[in-house]
Amino acid sequence: MDTSVENGIVTRSELQLRVTNSTPEAIAAKAKKSLKRSFRHIRTESVFKRTLIIMGLVMVILVLGIFLTLVVQSLPSIKSLGLKYLWGKVWDPVQDIYGAFPFLLGTLISSFLALIISIPFSVAVAIFLGEYHPKGWLPDFLKNTVELIAAVPSVIYGFWGLAILVPMVRTLENHIGVEPVGVGIFSSSLILAVMIIPYAASLGRSMIQLVPSPLKEAAYGLGATRWEVIRSVVLPYTKSGLFAGILLSLGRALGETMAVTMVIGNTSIIPKNIFAPGNTMASVIANEFTEADKPVYVSALIELGLVLFLVTVVINLIGKKIIDRFTND
Amino acid sequence: MKADNVKFRIGKSYGFQALVTALAFACVIPLIAILFFIIKAGITKINWHFLVNVPKPVGEVGGGIANALVGSILIIAVASVIAVPIGIMAGIYLSENRKSRLAYWCRLSVDILQGVPSIVIGIIAYFWLVKPLGGFSALSGSIALAIMMIPIIVRSTEETLKLLPSSLQEAAFALGMPFHRVIFKVVLPVGVSGILSGVMLSIARITGETAPLLFTAFGNPYLSTNLTKPMQSLPLLIFNYATSPYNDWHDLAWGASLILLFWVLFLNIFTKLITRKWKVQL
Repeated sequence: MDTSVENGIVTRSELQLRVTNSTPEAIAAKAKKSLKRSFRHIRTESVFKRTLIIMGLVMVILVLGIFLTLVVQSLPSIKSLGLKYLWGKVWDPVQDIYGAFPFLLGTLISSFLALIISIPFSVAVAIFLGEYHPKGWLPDFLKNTVELIAAVPSVIYGFWGLAILVPMVRTLENHIGVEPVGVGIFSSSLILAVMIIPYAASLGRSMIQLVPSPLKEAAYGLGATRWEVIRSVVLPYTKSGLFAGILLSLGRALGETMAVTMVIGNTSIIPKNIFAPGNTMASVIANEFTEADKPVYVSALIELGLVLFLVTVVINLIGKKIIDRFTND
Repeated sequence: MKADNVKFRIGKSYGFQALVTALAFACVIPLIAILFFIIKAGITKINWHFLVNVPKPVGEVGGGIANALVGSILIIAVASVIAVPIGIMAGIYLSENRKSRLAYWCRLSVDILQGVPSIVIGIIAYFWLVKPLGGFSALSGSIALAIMMIPIIVRSTEETLKLLPSSLQEAAFALGMPFHRVIFKVVLPVGVSGILSGVMLSIARITGETAPLLFTAFGNPYLSTNLTKPMQSLPLLIFNYATSPYNDWHDLAWGASLILLFWVLFLNIFTKLITRKWKVQL
């Protein structure tokens, strides 16, 4: 009997044995057992489903929690400083004067300058990879390299900027005759420009590849040159997608902390020109949060965080909306 | 006249192609420059002593980054333990319930979470953990990093599972399998490659994060494995020592930068290779 089971073959005699063995009680016990198992499965199933729903809820709670924490913690500063906080031009915690305007300005100037510097490069990468050379080892190399730009930690960009870029900017400043500090808004914009290239480039590339080829072929058929096709078919078609990519880059630039903190110079006065040292919202939080000793001081810094949070949320959501509409059409 | 015009247009077209190509390949320069410089400055600092010693006070030669290495690994490991189950489950929820109202809000939240600046996450972790627990701790740093990992894992899990043919699941259901077993025995094993690449990508993303750790893990000049106490990590060490005025510390930071850079690039390239091998789309 043993050998037959081992071989997986059930002999007739064994089958009879099995049948005769299963008394009504045994069958009932078996049925009860399997029923029990089914119930257990059903119970686990509903527990599992509930866990999944809870995890979905956790995401929503996390975001709401972040928002509420920022609001609650910045209430003291909103109450005592009011709206003029955002337009106050002087930041002097020792004298209890808090004005966020220098940081708002620093953030806007450095981010938009970075954006202006990076747009030609990121659009060029997008056109090159999306239109000129979608396949081959060289475009693959370019694509991977550009993606790796996004992978380098920002603290390393900051360190490199401090050691290499700042002296270069200082020489440049000597040449054009502004105060040669080196660190400042211009240096941080340069670093930011490098860091945000990949975001617009990779999105732009995938958008350009979505352009229907009949459109392009029709233009070629009319005798258009390659550049004319890009300018009057590809770019107009992908306008909103490129815009979304640039928006996402801007969101990155606004929130970037470490690299900017290391090269911007960290002074809380309104910058006189783009070469002057300054501070951004993120960098002032990074620098002063742990040494803020007064409740209003801490709260004022958190209000900056709240502004940063709201601005990046709005920018990201608009960007995502545009992408969704573009890819669904 | 007309032929000249055509020639001009063709020339213009080639001109722009050259311009676009030049601009596109100019983007490679910064990465190469950073790699080159950091290898040049860091390679001489790295030896066995550098990896197994803790930093020495200013003025003494030698010293290493053992505390930062151990700290980084611990903080990231704890962050992954927290983020991976939550992220994968939320991703499963999103792919199984595409149309429900909660799924819409959940998806929106994940999008928002992905764009939140890292410094804001640092503030949040400070108020949620550091203040109630009464001091800087590695655990709070891990949770801050976990919050940054979650959206990446959720997104990659959802995208991977969405691509699986629904007949797979239907076949399993038809055999009478309960929902959780369908997920654990059919859906997850088939989608494991995509989910795993998402997890790796999220680890690569947080390895270099400094801002969330500034007010949470805080940094520690000594070797510590206590999760409830401040802990050093590689990016924190680089930030603190790079902005210090001492040359010895700069040297330490260069060596640490090289290790961090290779760690992150290795993770990224490895992820890229496995996604290509397994033909996963992220």
